[in-house]
Amino acid sequence: MASYTLTVNGKRASVDVAPDTPLLWVLRDTLGLTGTKYGCGIGQCSACAVHIDGEPMRSCRVRIGAAADRHVTTIEGLSSGTLNALQQAWIAEQVPQCGYCQSGQLMAASALLAAKPKPTDAEIDAAMNSHICRCGTYERIRRAIHRAAGTTRAEAGR
Amino acid sequence: MTHTFSRRDFIRTSALASTGLLIGFRFGDATELEEIGAGSDFAPNAYLRIGTDGTLTLFADHVELGQGIMTALPMIVAEELDADWSKVRIERMPDDPSAWPRPIMTVGSNSVRGSWQPLRRAGATAREMLISAAADEWKVDRSTCRTEKGSVIHTPTGRRASYGSLATAASTLTPPQSPPLKDPKDFHILGTPKARVDIPSKVNGTAQFGIDVRIPGMLVATVVRPPVFGGRVKSVSSAAAKAVAGVKDVVQFESGVAVIATDTWSALKGRQALKVEWNDGVNAGTTSAEIRSDFTRLAGTSGAVARNEGNVESALSTAPNTLTVDYELPFAAHATMEPMNCTAHVRADGADVWAPTQAPTNFQRMAAQIAGLKPSDVRFHVTMVGGGFGRRSRTDVLEDAVRLSKLTGAPIKVMWTREDDMQHDFYRPFGIHRMQGAVGADGWPVAWMHRIVTQAALGGGRGANGAPAVNFDAVGGAVELPYAIPNLRVENIITASAVPVAPWRSVGHSQNGFVTEAFLDELAAAGKKDPVEVRRRLLAKSPRHLGVLELAANKAGWGTPLPAGSARGVAVHAMSGTYVAQVAEVTVEKNQIKVNRVVCAVDCGVVINPDTVAAQMEGAIVYGLTCALKNEITIAGGRVEQANFNTYPMLRLTETPRVEVHLVPSTEAPGGMGEPGVPPIAAAVANAVFAATGKRLRKLPLRVSA
Repeated sequence: MASYTLTVNGKRASVDVAPDTPLLWVLRDTLGLTGTKYGCGIGQCSACAVHIDGEPMRSCRVRIGAAADRHVTTIEGLSSGTLNALQQAWIAEQVPQCGYCQSGQLMAASALLAAKPKPTDAEIDAAMNSHICRCGTYERIRRAIHRAAGTTRAEAGR
Repeated sequence: MTHTFSRRDFIRTSALASTGLLIGFRFGDATELEEIGAGSDFAPNAYLRIGTDGTLTLFADHVELGQGIMTALPMIVAEELDADWSKVRIERMPDDPSAWPRPIMTVGSNSVRGSWQPLRRAGATAREMLISAAADEWKVDRSTCRTEKGSVIHTPTGRRASYGSLATAASTLTPPQSPPLKDPKDFHILGTPKARVDIPSKVNGTAQFGIDVRIPGMLVATVVRPPVFGGRVKSVSSAAAKAVAGVKDVVQFESGVAVIATDTWSALKGRQALKVEWNDGVNAGTTSAEIRSDFTRLAGTSGAVARNEGNVESALSTAPNTLTVDYELPFAAHATMEPMNCTAHVRADGADVWAPTQAPTNFQRMAAQIAGLKPSDVRFHVTMVGGGFGRRSRTDVLEDAVRLSKLTGAPIKVMWTREDDMQHDFYRPFGIHRMQGAVGADGWPVAWMHRIVTQAALGGGRGANGAPAVNFDAVGGAVELPYAIPNLRVENIITASAVPVAPWRSVGHSQNGFVTEAFLDELAAAGKKDPVEVRRRLLAKSPRHLGVLELAANKAGWGTPLPAGSARGVAVHAMSGTYVAQVAEVTVEKNQIKVNRVVCAVDCGVVINPDTVAAQMEGAIVYGLTCALKNEITIAGGRVEQANFNTYPMLRLTETPRVEVHLVPSTEAPGGMGEPGVPPIAAAVANAVFAATGKRLRKLPLRVSA
C-alpha cells in the first residue's frame, strides 16, 4: 500500500492503495464515485473514460501512480449543479438507453469539444470510435455532439 | 423510496390520509384487465395514485432496461385520464415481489403489450370518478363536465377543479364498471414524443446500476468458475491469494472458487494469485466442429412438425426447380455492457438483495431458497440495469452472491469480470437449419420446408414419452411464415450440447428471421423474380406485412440505381404484434461488407412514444448487425474461446449505418418494441450482399470469401 494525492473534480483526495491499483477502482471503490463504469478492464470499451489534466483517458488502464498529483475529472464533475450544454444535448437527443456506457461517452465527447469546438464527423469518429454502446445509440451520440457544437452532420457519407 | 403492499391491507380505492385517490387494478395474463375490485380476496398488481397536490403516480411491475418503460406506461394512463403530463411519474417497484399477484418479469417485449388495456381502463376509471366528484360538489349533471390537462371543467360555466383538489372526494365513490375509452384519434399524449424519465440520471452519473451498490461493511467477491462446461474443482491452492493485501478469504463453493476482498482490485489480484486445478469432466473434448457435425447429422432426420400445409414432398419432387441448403447460426453471447453482478446481505432473520435483473420474482425466490428464508423475508432491490437482452433472467450470479453472503455472514457484492461474463453466459443456441424449397414453372415459390436443429432456449422440445415435441421458442418466427406458399412444413429437432443456452433478444426469431428471409430471397432468385415483387405477391393477404414492405421499399428507393459494388437487400419479419421491414444498402469492397444505410419501416399498432420506437429500432439494428457481421462464440476443449471485446468485437460508431425509421400509422393494439427490430437485419444485409456480389451467405457471422 502507498499514499497518493490527486485532485478529483476539483477536490484534493488522498488515498492509500496498492501501487498497481487502476484509477478506475480508486474512483469507484475508494472514493465512491461510481459514475465511472467498468466494462472490460482491457481498454477496449472506454466505459471507464475520465479526464486527466483535461485529456480523455481509460481509467482501467491508468495506474494510480500515473494519476497522482494530477487533475482528474469524472462524470460527477463534468458540470457543477446544472447540466452543461453537452449533457443537455444528450437529453435533447434522448441518447441513452440502458445508460451504462454513457458516462464514458460524455467524457470523451466533452474532451473532444474542448479541443475542437466545431468537430467534423471525421473528428467525431476519431474521438468516439473507441467506445462501445451495446444498445446502439451511436448515431444519437453523433447528433448530440453536433447539437452541442452547433454544427450539423455531413449529409453525404463520412 | 420503497413501498410494500399487502394483499390484505389493500382496499379497492382508498382515501389514504393526504394521498388522495388510490386505485388498484389487476393485470391478467395477457392484455386484459381482470378487475378493479375490492375486498379481502382482491390482489391488485398495479396501482394508480392521484395525490392531493395533483401528482399522478403509477406503480407498475416492469423493469426499466433502457427500453423506456418508465415513461411509456405512465403515458398510457395519463392519456385516458387527461392528466397533466408534467405531474405524472412512475414509482419503482415494491421490494417484495412475492406479494405481487403475478411474477414480475420484463421479457418478451411484453411490458406495453401486457399493460395496454389495463392501464387505459385504470386511467379511464379514475377520470370518471374525478368527474363524478366534481359534479357532486358543483351539483351539476356530470355529462356537462369534461376533463383537460389535470382538471375537471364544467363546460357551461367554465368552472374548473384540479384533480388534486378532487382526489379525496373521488376516493369515496364507487368505481364505474365500464368507463368509456378514448378513440385513438383523440389521443394527444400517446403518439407525441415524451422525454424519457430515466435519462437525466444517465447523463450525470447518478443512475445507480447493480455494480454501483455500496453498503456498509460490504466485501467484493470475484468467482473463478470451471473453464470447461460441467467441470469441477479438483484442488485449490489459496495461500498466495490470501497473502494479497485486502483479500479476506478464499472459498470453495458450488460455483467454483471465490476470492473475497475488501475491494474489487484486491479481489482481482487475489484471483490472479490463486491456483485451481480442475476436473474437466466429460466435456473436455467438445469443439464447435463436433457440435456442428452432430446438429448437421440430425438435420437429415425428421423432426416434430410445427406446421404442415399441402404436400411438401410431392411439391418438391415434381417442381422443375428445387434447392436444398443448410443455414448455420453460431452460439452468441449477450454481452450486456454492465457485467453480471449482484449484492446480497443474508442474515439469520432476513436478507437484502440488490440486483440488475429482468426477473425480480424468480430472483427473490431463488435467494430465499438458498438463504433458507421465506421469499417475503428477502427484501429485493431492483437497480438500474446495464443491458438485459435475456441474460438477466438467469439467477446464476444471484446464487453466487447469496451463497457467499450466507457462508461469510457479510454483505457481498459478486462482480463478474468481462471475461467471466463472456465465457459463462447462457448463449443464444447454435443452430443448423435445413431448407428445402421449390419454384414452379412460372417462377413463383410452391414449396417450403424448414427444419430447425437447435437447443431449447427455455427448455422443452421433448414430449412426455420422450418423443420429439414442438418447441415454440425454437420455431418462433418460422412457424408463422406469412408467405402464401401452398406446400409448407416447419419442423424442429431439439438437441443438447455442452453449452448452456438461454433466450437472446428476440429468441428463435433472431435466428429464424435470418433464415426465412434469406431463403425466400434464394427462391426469388431461383424464380428470377425481384425480392420485393415476390414478397408483395406472397403477402397479398397479410396487409400489415405488406404495409411495412411497401413503405420501406418506397423510402429506400428500391429499384433505383446505386454505385457499382453497392446493392440493396430487403427483409420482413413480425413478432410480438409488431411488423418490421428493413432495406439495407451495402457496399462490398475487397470482400469486406460495409452497411451504409438501413431504411426501417415499422407497424407497431398504436404508437406510445414515437421517439422510443425509433430508438428501439435503431438499437435493435445495431444489436442485430453486430451479430450478423461480427459475433461468434466458438468452443474448443469444452470451453469458450472468446473472452473479451478484443476477441468478441462489437459494432462501433464508424461501422454503424444511417438508420431511418418510418412508422405505418395504425390504431391496432400496441405491439412489442424491444425485440422486433433484430430479426430482419441479418437477412437484409445478406440479401444485399447477394445482390452486390452474387454470393449467397448462409452462415452467421456473414463473411464474403475471396
